[in-house]
Amino acid sequence: MEPINKITSVMTPLDRKNVDTDQIISKEFLKRIERTGFGKYLFYHWRFHPDGSPIQEFVLNDPRFQGSEILVAQENFGCGSSREHAPWAILDYGFRVVIAPSYADIFYNNCVKNGILPIRLEEQEVDELIRKGQQEVFQLDINLEEQTVTGQDGSRYAFSIDPYWKEMLLKGWDEIALTIQYDSYISAYEQKQQQA
Amino acid sequence: MAKTIIEKIWEQHIVFEEAGKPDLLYIDLHLLHEVTSPQAFEGLRLNGRKVRRPDLCFATMDHNVPTRNRETIKDPISRKQIKTLQENCEEFGVPLAGINHPDQGIVHVIGPELGLTQPGKTIVCGDSHTSTHGAFGALAFGIGTSEVEHVLSTQTLWQSKPKTMQIRIDGELGFGVSAKDVILAIISKYGVDLGTGHIVEYTGEAIRSLSMEERMTICNMSIEAGARAGLISPDETTIEYLRGRRHVPQGEAFDRAAAKWLALATDEGAAYDATRTIHADEISPFVTWGTNPSMGSGIAEHVPYATDYEDPADREALKQALAYMQLEEGAPLSSIEIQHVFIGSCTNARIGDLRAASEIIAGKKVHPSVTAIVVPGSESVKRAAEAEGLDRIFLEAGFEWRETGCSMCLAMNDDAVPAGERCASTSNRNFEGRQGAGSMTHLVSPVMAAAAAIEGHLTDVRNYMKEPVPTA
Repeated sequence: MEPINKITSVMTPLDRKNVDTDQIISKEFLKRIERTGFGKYLFYHWRFHPDGSPIQEFVLNDPRFQGSEILVAQENFGCGSSREHAPWAILDYGFRVVIAPSYADIFYNNCVKNGILPIRLEEQEVDELIRKGQQEVFQLDINLEEQTVTGQDGSRYAFSIDPYWKEMLLKGWDEIALTIQYDSYISAYEQKQQQA
Repeated sequence: MAKTIIEKIWEQHIVFEEAGKPDLLYIDLHLLHEVTSPQAFEGLRLNGRKVRRPDLCFATMDHNVPTRNRETIKDPISRKQIKTLQENCEEFGVPLAGINHPDQGIVHVIGPELGLTQPGKTIVCGDSHTSTHGAFGALAFGIGTSEVEHVLSTQTLWQSKPKTMQIRIDGELGFGVSAKDVILAIISKYGVDLGTGHIVEYTGEAIRSLSMEERMTICNMSIEAGARAGLISPDETTIEYLRGRRHVPQGEAFDRAAAKWLALATDEGAAYDATRTIHADEISPFVTWGTNPSMGSGIAEHVPYATDYEDPADREALKQALAYMQLEEGAPLSSIEIQHVFIGSCTNARIGDLRAASEIIAGKKVHPSVTAIVVPGSESVKRAAEAEGLDRIFLEAGFEWRETGCSMCLAMNDDAVPAGERCASTSNRNFEGRQGAGSMTHLVSPVMAAAAAIEGHLTDVRNYMKEPVPTA
């Protein structure tokens, strides 16, 4: 996966909580056997009318946010199904960073394994960002190494992240290649189980 | 020191640990299905990797399979996905219960049926409802496709130890209250992110009195409360369910295994990071009225008013949910008319669920404005139901009796609720569009679904039941 450290981009404000993975990528698009090509289906039923024409009021259809790499949403983002097609759609659409007060556990893991940085900020801070992002086109500087989000107005927010995930994102590790280095431990565990 | 079952299982599965890192955990059982596995197998191929322990894997096809005209899958992309799983299992030596196999069924129904699910195991599957298997005192959780690939290749996962939470249900469940009502009531009381970052253990008198199938219904929806996993300490009910199943040890070996399993139960006085309680008296037959599983109430209640909420964000969420659900604030729940009934899914499609629903429907007719289907959770459930004549009861009432699969729970196959129509559904999610674009879902228990099918609107099933006469 692609390493990630610094991202500078306009933010896309999605002022909703409990956004579930069924909304992020609807089931009719889960039949593909590839990891790519899901971006055009991201938030499909919020983005498009049944006839395929765009729903103008939905934030992803706002011309000001085209090319944005940072999605900001409310608490419990990515709840529901474990489908990794959700982060694949987010990534394929062009987002590299999500900011929210909290995430569903499986979704969070799925992001990290795909080089998407899921940032947790306080609820109040997210409210503030969403307000700013709705009022004007608002640019953010993300710095994973320093664990900071800096707004174009100089506002600065620190975030915490598990050091293991941070390293993985910064280096773009292949986690399986890493685990294979622990093969002797895995074999030893299996032998011990067999004897038990 | 007194330990919870969660800590005991975790410690038994640590392959490698180091400060500042997640633990490397061994996985005892890896269940696979057609939707979340193709990219994982493809990843193995691209990197020239093998499946480390095909003997610890078990695959089936459930999400995408048709529930009628099994032989012809019309959608070429669906067909390809099913064929791909077959080919992947052949190439990598993974056991498969394919579409026409007598063991085929919803992955979370067949694991327990076959005795693959056992107390103390770590169990994963690329599916969030893997939490179902926790009913046996297993540590079972859903994973993404990258993690599926990781487990296929290494039989392990890096996991940070989650916090522990006890959810205790005190007292005895009331007349007409089923396991589905219990879990919906918990989620309604505490919210869809109650369990985030936690593994939940369900305890208390009400839980102990439940059958294994009912326990599975509760653990199944742990993910709907945001929990990483949900489990129940094993007891004699667990042991009796497992005895004689195909993949459990037999004879004396079973007794030795059973003793080990029972010893996993949480020790007296063990501490949890958090505890939530609910009294059985608080729980009545439940329905959801909104677009996530916490948006529900007892059937005698009404849709909430915006003024019931203090937080403006909650008021906004209510507004959005009611706009989608085409409901007004204050509407009585029993006035909501439905056009579809779905009895199925990994939550409520086991034999006990079908028996309970059939008792309500026996001798009655499905309301003329309702289309009602029963989708048994597995081939084995279907065979058992047909042997008992349950299929006849449903068919005579006007239900359709289908082949097994996930079906209308997520409508990946042809079984969808049309836009603008409502379904009383025994499944687990009422998200926007879950059962079909523009469809509206009301989550209920199997008996509540049966009663709604008869009346054509949500209704209190207790009117169809005979209250047991208390013994002096």
